[in-house]
Amino acid sequence: MNGNDHLIEIQDLGREYMAGDTTVSAIKEMSFFIDDGEFVSIVGQSGAGKSTLLAALGGLNRPTRGNVWVDTMDLYGLSSEQRADFRSEYVGFVFQSYQLITYLTAMENVKIPLSIAGVKKEDQADMAAVALEKVGLQDKKNRLPDQLSGGEQERVAIARAIVNRPPIVLADEPTGNLDSKTADDVINLLKQLNQEGQTVIMVTHNKKLCQHTDRTVHVRDGLCVIGEG
Amino acid sequence: MKLYNISLNNLRRRKGKVIFLVSGLLIGIATIVTLISITQSMSRDVEDRLDRFGANIVMTPRSENLSLSYGGISVGGVTYETVEFLESDLTNIRSIKNSQNLGIIAPKVLGPWELDGKRVLLMGADLQTELSLKTWWQFKGMPTGNPDELIVGSETARIFNLALGQSMKLGNDEFVVSTILHPTGGPEDGIIMGDLHRFQNVLGKPGRISMVEISAFCRGCPISEITLQIAEKFPNAKVTALKQAVMSKMQSIEMIKSFSYGVAVLVIFIGSLLVFVTMMGSVNERTREIGIFRAIGFRQGHIMQIILLEALVVGLIGGILGYLIGNGIAWLAIPFIIQESTLSHLDVTLGGVSLILSVALSLLASLYPAVKASRMDPSSALRAL
Repeated sequence: MNGNDHLIEIQDLGREYMAGDTTVSAIKEMSFFIDDGEFVSIVGQSGAGKSTLLAALGGLNRPTRGNVWVDTMDLYGLSSEQRADFRSEYVGFVFQSYQLITYLTAMENVKIPLSIAGVKKEDQADMAAVALEKVGLQDKKNRLPDQLSGGEQERVAIARAIVNRPPIVLADEPTGNLDSKTADDVINLLKQLNQEGQTVIMVTHNKKLCQHTDRTVHVRDGLCVIGEG
Repeated sequence: MKLYNISLNNLRRRKGKVIFLVSGLLIGIATIVTLISITQSMSRDVEDRLDRFGANIVMTPRSENLSLSYGGISVGGVTYETVEFLESDLTNIRSIKNSQNLGIIAPKVLGPWELDGKRVLLMGADLQTELSLKTWWQFKGMPTGNPDELIVGSETARIFNLALGQSMKLGNDEFVVSTILHPTGGPEDGIIMGDLHRFQNVLGKPGRISMVEISAFCRGCPISEITLQIAEKFPNAKVTALKQAVMSKMQSIEMIKSFSYGVAVLVIFIGSLLVFVTMMGSVNERTREIGIFRAIGFRQGHIMQIILLEALVVGLIGGILGYLIGNGIAWLAIPFIIQESTLSHLDVTLGGVSLILSVALSLLASLYPAVKASRMDPSSALRAL
């Protein structure tokens, strides 16, 4: 594999951490690929290495060994600043626990990725409005995060992830803190994004959510145990 | 949405932190402004007093004789009949390097005169200039500005029984006593003053000058240098600075100034430390936020911009408020410290310096926290999520 055939290719990936004097293998060895336009879930128990894998896919966590190819780019062959540009252009992150900026309104949070993308101010307003409309929050655009419910904050986080239309959306436990009804809404939203052409990769410990995705990658003890379509 | 919106929104919605940060700088800048304004006023007060004392440089012809007088008792050896200056040469005084520090130049002709069988000293001078130089003189009558008027010292008036309006003949010239000085305890008690050019004629010294009194503005002026510069122009002159009394006062003020600057530096150091610690704390608090920004695609430079922009705004607010409050405190304090004095004006240069200093300190104190934040590994920052 060399990144030419698939949107994302992971090759012999390994990631170790030092926890005191002990070396912990968060990812022992993983190799798999994701094609353009797929909706993939990465499933595993807590501590299995799912979030580490997602961070490595997003260019946030340099692996100890192996390669991550995205759209023919060897991600960790790039400099730190080039990877920042890659994240700005290619990836939209939906974090665990929403992770909105508390002193910015919903609208301002959604505009954050646009502030460094060279988008004109008037276009920023239009793009953010479209993203907020897509998640159904256009009427709450001027609220601060602490004035929104958990589900609403999650939807703002999704709007922020998609506002500059990145080809890849990485979602880390997007329903982890939500009730089942709101969780369904969020999953449907991710499905809708996928249907509109974005590649969505979702990390979850909830196997039931796998039914909504095209493919599931099972992770256990830092190993990719099953990759199914 | 621009990066500065993020900075400004952060400051706007974290007022407590901003107040704390601004306070650190404000206290430092206000202390500096207060101390500088007060010491400037003190210095100005001493200089004004000096100006009121009159001439602070005296130029007399160089003489090899010693003046045999002490405490008003003369035992001979009068030196004023030595080689005198040419009036036409006096324009050279204004050509010295520090000419802008020169105020009044008061040339005089001196000579003895026999009146009713007694000798008296005549002094020819520009009387209006003389009166503006000797502001402490009090007198009866009113100087008219007329060239035939005389100003008479109190002792002279007593000895010769002179009264206001009385006519006097000096040589062939007629004069009228227009003013009689109150006793001053100085040499003017025993003289008769008249118009410079009239007295030059009376004394038979046309175009000659016996001595020159010079008032140099002392606000930062190098009085010793001015003295040397004049002496260079007049090799045959003895140029003396009457500076001892003033120097001792100025030295005291310099000491107060040095102490003030020391205190100001200490306060500003503490203020900067406060900003540094608060900014460091803020960066640590914002690890999560910085991680989010980096994950979204912010470069290291973007993170630095956000933090340094905040520091810039804090510095500007601290500088402006510090300058205004410092002047306010000085305005309130000066009347208690210096009698009959007030803060005369707002020093715009000091304002500019305060602003630059405040911004520079704020940026400097925030530089390390900003660099630290920008270099934060996004994966480490995200582990804090």
